[in-house]
Amino acid sequence: MLRTIGVSSFEDLIVDIPEDIRLKRALDILPASDEPQVRKLLEGLAAANRSTSEYVSYLGGGAYDHFIPVAIKTIASRSEFYTAYTPYQAEVSQGTLQAIYEYQSLICRLYEMDVTNASMYDGATALAEAVLMAMNVTGRNQVVVAGKLHPWNSSVLRTYLEASGHNAVIQNVLQDGVGDVAALKELVTESVAAVVVQQPNFYGCLEDVEAIGAVAHANGALFVVSADPLSLGVLAAPGSYAADIAVGEGQPLGTPQSFGGPYLGIFTVKQPLVRKIPGRLVGMTKDRDGEDGFILTLQTREQHIRREKATSNICSNQALNALQAAVYLSLLGKEGLRQVAAQSAQKAHYLAGKIAALAGFSLKYTSPFFREFVVETPIPASDIVEQMLEHKVFAGYDMAAHGESGLLVAVTEKRTKEELDRFVEKLGEIV
Amino acid sequence: MTIPENLRYTKDHEWIKLLEDGSTALVGITDFAQSELGDIVFVELKLPGTTLKEHEVFGTVEAVKTVADLFAPVAGEIIETNSQLDNAEVVNQDPYNAGWLARIKVADPAALQALLDAEAYRQLTGE
Repeated sequence: MLRTIGVSSFEDLIVDIPEDIRLKRALDILPASDEPQVRKLLEGLAAANRSTSEYVSYLGGGAYDHFIPVAIKTIASRSEFYTAYTPYQAEVSQGTLQAIYEYQSLICRLYEMDVTNASMYDGATALAEAVLMAMNVTGRNQVVVAGKLHPWNSSVLRTYLEASGHNAVIQNVLQDGVGDVAALKELVTESVAAVVVQQPNFYGCLEDVEAIGAVAHANGALFVVSADPLSLGVLAAPGSYAADIAVGEGQPLGTPQSFGGPYLGIFTVKQPLVRKIPGRLVGMTKDRDGEDGFILTLQTREQHIRREKATSNICSNQALNALQAAVYLSLLGKEGLRQVAAQSAQKAHYLAGKIAALAGFSLKYTSPFFREFVVETPIPASDIVEQMLEHKVFAGYDMAAHGESGLLVAVTEKRTKEELDRFVEKLGEIV
Repeated sequence: MTIPENLRYTKDHEWIKLLEDGSTALVGITDFAQSELGDIVFVELKLPGTTLKEHEVFGTVEAVKTVADLFAPVAGEIIETNSQLDNAEVVNQDPYNAGWLARIKVADPAALQALLDAEAYRQLTGE
């Protein structure tokens, strides 16, 4: 093969790779083995995993342990859906297009926005694309984060902006775990393309979204909201408080936590922005026989047509996760979603009250929250996480990962009163 | 292919027509351009008040399968855009009259003389 392509040795082939970053030894892997042995090894590794089907989980921070009806997997794993992850041969994939169209319609109603795209990679990239879009629309180059974003979403945002030649993320000051609206007014100047807020925020707290939106619009900036779709079962929808672009992490809608992905980036806009939206859009039309049909529409925004002037470099979507979300929303219906959100909130507030009553524990913030809250702990949060594993409990997310104190505890509708009471009891025993 | 004698043209297939006031001009795309683009579905233009350098992009024309930038034939300021463009097909139907795109206050009316005349544009399009 080397002779055919005209190089004399393997080293010649990789001459473009700098000398000092080349691996100078053999790969550190096991010797070749037969299939039964490999299978045994891998099954052993897999068995070391601990999952939420076995453990009681209070882990949140962006990915939540909501119940996933089995019908979702049954439908989503049909090979017609499973093998075609995004519609490249769009119009022959009528079933895939229809599924995406239903997803778009459901998300529009949930967020009370006019247009939803066929989905982005995840909530973080959806947020970053929303900010790039706001810069494109306004011709401005700064972004103000009004409250507490998930730190990883912040990192993704900064990465996207840096790569686009912008590096102007301004963080507003926080007051009791939420953005300080009075301070925000000072930050939103005429150079600001977007004011960004996450609802509920990383601490689980509820931001004053109406006031934040008003500050954004008073200065001609777009109002970008990253909203948890499941929270919209009880909280006001972004469209109702004048969001221009609303995005979100779609994982709570029927996608398992699964080590952090694949997830679903929700992306919605108001009608006047439709030609600036990134990603694929499915539309419904009539074919020549007058029958309903589904198409990819407004494709001239996209890079296979507009090349370097495209609204975004995304040319794919998360079709399977979008399908799962559509099936989830269809199965639960409006009332079901409201109940899941309400139960999650009620159980979270029950647990928060019980934990705060334990000696040495307290809630870090007094701001209203949805289904997640930060607790200050009398011993390091990492010790609590460690010791709770023995009781088959994932106690929560250790905020030390972000240089902050406390344990972030998330509660979903799956938790029973017995589980919550037992968690409180064990916490009391540990400290 | 219609190429009116009284207009000036660019290599990017825009036309420009100095109005009687001597300082403002209408700008549009040529019959050749609309026919190459096919069915035009949307025209997006920068807002009145925008100052343009010569050859600066002042908008886009979107057809079913493609999209093209619009370049300012001369330097100036957009003072009006065609309010009839909500029905973008007017650009296909009548590119030189009802389908005009923008009215520009021209920085230097003499600059139009440097643009192509009808004969030169006819040669460019190979007619």
